[in-house]
Amino acid sequence: MTETSAGSLVPEVGRLVIRFAGDSGDGMQLTGDRFTSASALFGNDLATLPEYPAEIRAPAGSLAGVSAFQVHISDHDIFTPGDAPHVLVAMNPAALKTELGTLVDGGTVIVNADTFNDRNLAKAGYDHDPLEGDDLSAYRLISAPMTSLTKEACKDLGVKPRDAERSKNFFALGLLSWMYSRPVEPTLEWIDAKFKGRDLIVAANRTAFNAGHAYGETAELSDHKVIVRPAEMPAGTYTNINGNTALAWGLVAAGQLSGLPLFLGSYPITPASDILHELSRHKQFNVATFQAEDEIAAIGSALGAAYGGHLGITTTSGPGVALKGETMGLAVSLELPLIIVNIQRGGPSTGLPTKTEAADLLMSMYGRHGESPMPVIAARTPADCFDQAIEAARIAIKYRTPVMLLSDGYLANSSEPWLLPDVEDLEPIPIEFASGFNQVDENGDEVFWPYLRDDNLARPWAIPGTPEIMHRIGGLEKQDGSGNVSYDGANHAHMIALRAERIARIPVPDVEVSGDADAELLLVGWGSTWGAIAAAVRRVRDSGRKVAHVHLTHLNPMPANLGEVLSGFPKVLVPEMNLGQLVRILRDEFLVDARPVSKVSGQPFTPGELQQVILTETGDDS
Amino acid sequence: MTDTLLPDGGTEDVPVTKRADWQSDQEVRWCPGCGDYSILTALQLLMPDLGVRREKTVFVSGIGCAARFPYYMNTYGMHSIHGRAPAIATGLALARPDLDVWVVGGDGDMLSIGGNHLIHALRRNIDINILLFNNQIYGLTKGQFSPTSERGKVTKSSPIGSCATPFNPVSLAIGAEASFVARTHDMDRHHMQEMFRRAYEHPGASIVEVYQNCNVFNDGAFETITKKDVRDDMLIPLRHGEPIRFGTEGQFGVARHDGGVEIVEVADVGVDALLVHDEARTDPSTAFALSRLAEGPDRPTPVGVFRAVDRGEYGEAMRGQVDQMESDRGNGDLRALLHSLPTWTV
Repeated sequence: MTETSAGSLVPEVGRLVIRFAGDSGDGMQLTGDRFTSASALFGNDLATLPEYPAEIRAPAGSLAGVSAFQVHISDHDIFTPGDAPHVLVAMNPAALKTELGTLVDGGTVIVNADTFNDRNLAKAGYDHDPLEGDDLSAYRLISAPMTSLTKEACKDLGVKPRDAERSKNFFALGLLSWMYSRPVEPTLEWIDAKFKGRDLIVAANRTAFNAGHAYGETAELSDHKVIVRPAEMPAGTYTNINGNTALAWGLVAAGQLSGLPLFLGSYPITPASDILHELSRHKQFNVATFQAEDEIAAIGSALGAAYGGHLGITTTSGPGVALKGETMGLAVSLELPLIIVNIQRGGPSTGLPTKTEAADLLMSMYGRHGESPMPVIAARTPADCFDQAIEAARIAIKYRTPVMLLSDGYLANSSEPWLLPDVEDLEPIPIEFASGFNQVDENGDEVFWPYLRDDNLARPWAIPGTPEIMHRIGGLEKQDGSGNVSYDGANHAHMIALRAERIARIPVPDVEVSGDADAELLLVGWGSTWGAIAAAVRRVRDSGRKVAHVHLTHLNPMPANLGEVLSGFPKVLVPEMNLGQLVRILRDEFLVDARPVSKVSGQPFTPGELQQVILTETGDDS
Repeated sequence: MTDTLLPDGGTEDVPVTKRADWQSDQEVRWCPGCGDYSILTALQLLMPDLGVRREKTVFVSGIGCAARFPYYMNTYGMHSIHGRAPAIATGLALARPDLDVWVVGGDGDMLSIGGNHLIHALRRNIDINILLFNNQIYGLTKGQFSPTSERGKVTKSSPIGSCATPFNPVSLAIGAEASFVARTHDMDRHHMQEMFRRAYEHPGASIVEVYQNCNVFNDGAFETITKKDVRDDMLIPLRHGEPIRFGTEGQFGVARHDGGVEIVEVADVGVDALLVHDEARTDPSTAFALSRLAEGPDRPTPVGVFRAVDRGEYGEAMRGQVDQMESDRGNGDLRALLHSLPTWTV
């Protein structure tokens, strides 16, 4: 128990999962985000999962229009947005209907009672009012007339009732802040800053927030009050970051570390557009953002800029990668640095634009015509997107190759506290442009060979504007060394082998086994499954069983010790948000009897799901 | 953005060059008799006169016969993929305003698979010079109808005639908000050079349609207008500030008619009734009307500069935004960026 400033005792819990759900227009993403920020400043470890429909505004009150935001706060380090929520905030009947099934038994349901009228109930498909009767008997119900209380609180401010009604999400936030002892000042300050100059809106939102906070006190909800203490985290300065922002900042950092101007060619696509938005705000870092006419022009312009000596980047999602395939092949042939960022989403085709999936691995590895190898790396957490953006640039620049950087809709939008790196500790990325002749021809004349290779088998980065070494490059097969067009079969075979080898020999860090090296079962993950796997492994090990985990950041080339690690475990399971793509590669590369664990429902794995898989695999299913 | 990666060299005198300096060591591999040879020669002869540096000159192409062009120029060059040259050149030109970027492509490359990139490069007014070699046929794939082939064209892929109406590239370019649009043909080196020079000198995107003969798959497509003995009667030279007049005796002209323009006999209407060509006219409708005088190269066809207007260049505006953010916020400070969201210290 923790004594509050008021002197009452509040029970402590180690962690709490809250799910905010409402109509698309109810501001649930914002509400969840503010609750998260307050929790971050309070010192909790946390992870978030926003989920919203593909439609900008689905019909109000409909099931399709429900937007949700889940946040997991804890007093210890956590890896995921959690399993089943302990608390559900449902701002209308549709939200209750779609989200109630996720709640733990005995969980708390907080509803905006004002919305439970006949019209909304019918839209949600209820033939009765679930607030009356047995529907919610397994839960603890808090039914608050949020809309009318907000309007009542705001009535003397001079705000129109309709506008006051829009502040009801701040009422909910105020109530939650009281129940879970969140600091109020950060939210009030945020309201002041966000709506600066719009005094009536500031007043309405502040009033609604305070009314919600007071409601907890006056409605005698004290027995619902719990507190999640701050987590013990490594010393340092933190910020709460989502994957797309971290990725954009990582690209900015790569520009700074290499001294290269950044050129982003991009076409808007969910869930990658936020990277374009973010970079567009930071042009003072010598960042050019070019919103192209299509995905092909986006990568084409980035490749053109890379040819000119800039750090060329294109950001997209799966459908865009499909369109960029031919230009990626050109970049492979031209051997120029280029970064292709794929924020994966549910496919095929338009699929599930706002839901997550990681089914583009095989496309990333093999999705170009011809023998067209390319390094592939994948971020594992939102903050890791920062590091992997820099890693992608480092590989692209050093080895003169396009690099595929994979993230997904889950990492893109979910957030976690990030221990900010010291900028001075980030390793510079050295750049070397060709500056003159590099070869003597048979006549004894000095010449420039654009495909003469260094120790890494990389060709010179020879940018237009450099005197003397004018040369032509292109997508036609070229003679190794001179770069002249060559249709010679033996040379083509040589070039294919060389292009494969120069990617295969890029050094990448070994994988590290976490958990029990002597376990029977090894879980191999890649990308955003890291959190759920790590959490599940920890739970199983806490219960006294043995299990091990390795996680791949570098998917091409793979870590040199991976084969040896895999061979040390009788059982290998590969959880993936696809039908089994990495598992195919592992079976193919290492002749290991790895088996898939698939999830393709548009949502990330939960630790509970994987915990169950591990328990089943390790024998007794208790 | 403003710092180019190499010393600009603009302060030094540009070395004097001759044609041979612009010829690469690669063997030219177009079919004997191809119109591309005369275009290449015209440009290689012109380059020394432009007073530019070879290392600051880049030719970017897509795929097709015309797209082999960069291999033959002793400059920087990229032979890229089908249709995408304007997009790649856009990135290069935006990144490197110190370069002269030329784009070379054929009618299939630029108007079919790459049509989208072409119109957007023109619309944005990217500082590139586009040479569109129009031979009204697919050459490299051995003779299918192209987006500029006349309706009814019999080819391997249209054995009883194509069903499609062709693009008029000049009309398309004007419709795409191009700030510089010209037309020339491969039988007149001096006219080609004049047009290429004007394209080079124009700030922003310039496009020159070059009627080019494919002597293998579409021989003589432009003969009815470009042959020496018919040229005077069939080509309508557009000269800025002059009445539009043509014919061996100057007996024909162009006059306004019914909201558009029409060909008239000077004797009928008088010289004063002729349209005085104004390439700098902001409103593109007269230039467009001129582009509609001939539906195909079988009627008197205007050649010359249809339109040359000064309009903001995209790259300049883009770099201006970088400068603006730099002056508003100072040069980027990575530490400050990482601390720009709420932070807390443990």
